[in-house]
Amino acid sequence: MAELFRRTGPLIAWMALLTTLLWVAFMIVLPQVMMVDFSFRPSLPPSKIGGPEDVYTLKNYATLWANTIHRGIFFKTIWSSMLVTVLALAVCYPIAYHLAQVARGQAAALLIVALIVPFWVNEILRTFAWFLILSRNGIFNSALVGLGLIDRPIQFIDGNIGVMIGMVYAYILFMVFPLYNAMESLDRHQIEAARDLGASTWRIHWRVVIPHAKPGIAVGCIMTFMLSAGTIAVPRLLGGPRSRWFTEVIYSWFFDGGDWNQGAAYAFALLILCIVFILVMMRLFRVSLQDIAK
Amino acid sequence: MGQSVELDNVTMRFGDFVAVRNVSLKIGAGEFFSFLGPSGCGKTTILRLISGFMEPTEGAVRIGSKDMRGIGPNRRPTALIFQNLALFPLMKVWENIAFGLEARGVGKAQRRRRAEELLDLIALPGYADKAVSELSGGQRQRVAIARALAVEPAVLLLDEPLSALDLKLRQHMRSELRAIQRKTGVTFIYITHDQGEALTMSDRIGVMSQGEVLQIGQPADIYDAPQNAFVATFVGESNLFPGTISRIEGKEALIETAVGPMRGRNLHALPVGTPAIALVRPERMRVLDAGEAADNMLESAPQRFDFEGAFINVLLDGAGERETILHLTNDGRTQARLQAATLLRVGFDTDATMILPQGQTAHG
Repeated sequence: MAELFRRTGPLIAWMALLTTLLWVAFMIVLPQVMMVDFSFRPSLPPSKIGGPEDVYTLKNYATLWANTIHRGIFFKTIWSSMLVTVLALAVCYPIAYHLAQVARGQAAALLIVALIVPFWVNEILRTFAWFLILSRNGIFNSALVGLGLIDRPIQFIDGNIGVMIGMVYAYILFMVFPLYNAMESLDRHQIEAARDLGASTWRIHWRVVIPHAKPGIAVGCIMTFMLSAGTIAVPRLLGGPRSRWFTEVIYSWFFDGGDWNQGAAYAFALLILCIVFILVMMRLFRVSLQDIAK
Repeated sequence: MGQSVELDNVTMRFGDFVAVRNVSLKIGAGEFFSFLGPSGCGKTTILRLISGFMEPTEGAVRIGSKDMRGIGPNRRPTALIFQNLALFPLMKVWENIAFGLEARGVGKAQRRRRAEELLDLIALPGYADKAVSELSGGQRQRVAIARALAVEPAVLLLDEPLSALDLKLRQHMRSELRAIQRKTGVTFIYITHDQGEALTMSDRIGVMSQGEVLQIGQPADIYDAPQNAFVATFVGESNLFPGTISRIEGKEALIETAVGPMRGRNLHALPVGTPAIALVRPERMRVLDAGEAADNMLESAPQRFDFEGAFINVLLDGAGERETILHLTNDGRTQARLQAATLLRVGFDTDATMILPQGQTAHG
């Protein structure tokens, strides 16, 4: 902080500080506080707001618990997001390892570009591309039928498969880069030493690479999980009624049901669970906030 | 027990660059062999070829007379000690040492026991549960040795492992390495650019330059009978006097140099008329008293005295190709006596004068 003042002078330093504080206060803290406040109040017509019926209550949370369908979707969303996280980790780990320790010079640069370029396209469009690939008469089904591997097209959309594929794809970068960052700092000689001492590839990863990359793995998992649990585009486009995401329920409370208080309670419940998930992950991987900040 | 290592016409190319060129040599079982050369001479490549991290472009690497082609580093009877040691920072000391055993499926109790035995061998008992970060440089060094010895390799490969240590510790580790090698009987192959390390520890030395092995021999041979100017100038200090051979007398020859004729050992039986160099080690030169004579003599003004404690280096003006250095034993009065003189008469014997073909020197 003192460094900032010394380098830029008091005027710019104060401006930077103030704008950051304003940003955090008005864009992050205030809306969240308002949402929490909303979630504990009953939904009332405008005339009754501030009246005797406008009291704090747990009713909105009780609704989530009592509604078996919503509760089911809630836990299914958490479970599916975990699955997406595990899948993304499985897909991204080899990519990140290859980038960090195997690929050299131009090949590495090319691979990074190949990873990033698709993300210049809007998320909705990318997801829609998957819709085209996976739909009933899409490229993938046509290819499978054409090769004689299946008789009739498989219904990928409208089920969980499409949503899973779409999400793993959507969040690849958020998993690859934390992993890559962590793995890149691993001294190659350690891998060679382990190999020289007779370790199999599996053991080298289990005992040397993964312990070293643990903070990166935790960050990647947390990001992927949060994004998966909080997305609405992918389940909207690639899912169907049977693969409803909890965010879709929240959406409908706000925009279809017009019950902001109920929606806020649902959203807050999701937020709490995501935070719990992060804490559990950090505990499980024995990483601290400082590790993650690195 | 150790096994022999044989390089049979080994060449290693990286694209157009030839890192190792036609190297053939045999290192005996239980031998302490050093590859000595400047950085970039290909010695690390040789180590990686033996350990299995690289396969030679041409030729064969044999360990215990078994061809190693296609056998990866995890299945060769070798263990490598890296220049930066590459200890596993997230494992405890004993886990580091026992890692090779873990990879071989040895049970935990037995691993622990073996690690503690090795900690005794390297004189670090009670360090089993420490973190690597708690160790000093010398201790890490020894843990790296223990980790490599734990897998009972037939050949231990060492890639300049002492270069990061300070002088005192380095000298101590030299004798310790030698002692461990004698005790275990494992073949040691040591890579270094430090001639002091190579000369003190090795049974034999291979001097390398630009991918080729120029000379293989015992330390004394390398030092006292170098094959060419490069070996002579890379190993030890030397004074060079270029000239032409003017007469042959048995195993000796006379060479005409800029500072007069010199008589020396004609190590390569060079014929009359050949451009050659006379090479004299600084410690084989002495200052002559009035009236005293030597086989070869030159006169010069002392330019500078470098006081080293046990020795005093005297730099003479313009007598040889570069400045001529004398390496004199300090008897407490040497410097005062020499500083009084404006002109020194320097003498050296035929026996101390080596006549070598002209060629590239390590000075460039």
